Amino acid sequence: MATKTQIPPAAPGDNNRGATLSKEEIQRYSRHLIMPEVGMDGQLKLKQAKVLCIGTGGLGAPLGLYLAAAGVGRIGLVDFDVVDSTNLQRQVLFGTSDVGRPKITAAADRLRNLNPDIQIDTYETHLSSENALDLFKDYDIIVDGTDNFPTRYLVNDASVLLGKPNVYGSIFRFEGQITVFGAPGGPCYRCLYPEPPPPGLVPSCAEGGVLGVLPGIVGTIQAAETLKLIIGKGQPLIGRLLLFDALAMKFRELKLRKNPDCPVCGTHRTLTKLIDYAEFCGIRGEEAPSTVTNIPEITPKDLKARLDRGDDLYILDVREPHEYQICNINGHLIPLGELPKRVHELDSSREIVAHCRSGKRSADAVQFLQKAGFRKIWNLKGGILAWSDDVDPKVPKY
Amino acid sequence: MAVKVIIPTPLRAYAGKQESVEVEAATVGEALSAVTTRFSDLKKHLFADDGRLRSFVNVYVNDEDIRYLQKDQTSVKAGDTISIVPSIAGGARS
Repeated sequence: MATKTQIPPAAPGDNNRGATLSKEEIQRYSRHLIMPEVGMDGQLKLKQAKVLCIGTGGLGAPLGLYLAAAGVGRIGLVDFDVVDSTNLQRQVLFGTSDVGRPKITAAADRLRNLNPDIQIDTYETHLSSENALDLFKDYDIIVDGTDNFPTRYLVNDASVLLGKPNVYGSIFRFEGQITVFGAPGGPCYRCLYPEPPPPGLVPSCAEGGVLGVLPGIVGTIQAAETLKLIIGKGQPLIGRLLLFDALAMKFRELKLRKNPDCPVCGTHRTLTKLIDYAEFCGIRGEEAPSTVTNIPEITPKDLKARLDRGDDLYILDVREPHEYQICNINGHLIPLGELPKRVHELDSSREIVAHCRSGKRSADAVQFLQKAGFRKIWNLKGGILAWSDDVDPKVPKY
Repeated sequence: MAVKVIIPTPLRAYAGKQESVEVEAATVGEALSAVTTRFSDLKKHLFADDGRLRSFVNVYVNDEDIRYLQKDQTSVKAGDTISIVPSIAGGARS
């Protein structure tokens, strides 16, 4: 059932934005104009539309590109991150020469080059409960291309409070989810997931990896849904959760219902203002606090010194086999998940140093082994990444 | 009834890396119980200590959310597909 989003007419002082198309615009958008589903009416709606894209990364890249290409008249971009070489595997808005630049600047440059006729607003800021409502209020549609749970709940709640649709997309490895939250009569994110997972329970892309093309596909679908909402054509994903599996190349669809008891969009809503989302998601500050305490640690430099001295240390690598193939320091590989079954392979009379990539999984391993009675066990602080930084730069970082 | 339970990617590591599991069950509750009996590591990811399904995990029979059916009492018939759909957020190191 198609639902139309009301696009308010251009306000006075908007330079008559959207009233007509210039000769150049007619040429640029000719492939839209010759389709009855878009036509001049649809293209004018696109020109008058204001879309805020939260995140210019994996999802934001195809999203920004296709919205700009389609002639969305005003696109806002929110991102405070800097381009990193690990982004280039999937964040196709950026090039190698952009590494080190703020994403927002690189993104705006690229989109303005693609379409100089539209207005690109940039907000190099961390989205928070303090600024979200102000930021969102001038836009018609919010698109969620973020990468963490607190921000997703924030985006959802702010969109619902302001009555704006929220085109949601999320990814993990090679699976994606897309839907439209916050449409009139439709469900919101909290109708689907009233509470976030505790930190550390659902791996992120940095921990689980992601097929580079996956956010490309999901972000493009988000762009398609945004355009459909603007022109009011087709059946948007309102009340429908699209699940995509890139490996199986299958799409499935589940029904999403509006929860009448939803605290944000239900009949008796209890949430009327934005909350502390870090607290809601169990995270304090930017970094999730380590859930383990009293873990004995050894720094890479100290480990190297002890090994050079000839100390008999057993290096336990708790990463996955494919990580071992990327780089290793000749540790004995027992992936963390297999440790309970293979603990008998370890000799508790020996001194054991456990490591992983960055020190988190190995901290869990140390805690597990301590509970199993191991006393001579240390966590390599900072993992193999720190080893590469402080001891042996020839070890690749990933 | 033989039903298929689809294991979502984030949980496959705890289900012997399988993407779906066939179980015999008459209700959703029985099906999930059969799966977590077979893969005990999966239990803590799906269920809280009080035995209730965790709130960031949704379960569907075919395309309907069980919260709007009879929850874990929802009956299943041969050939039904039960989907476990956890929330995912993508990117950042947490």
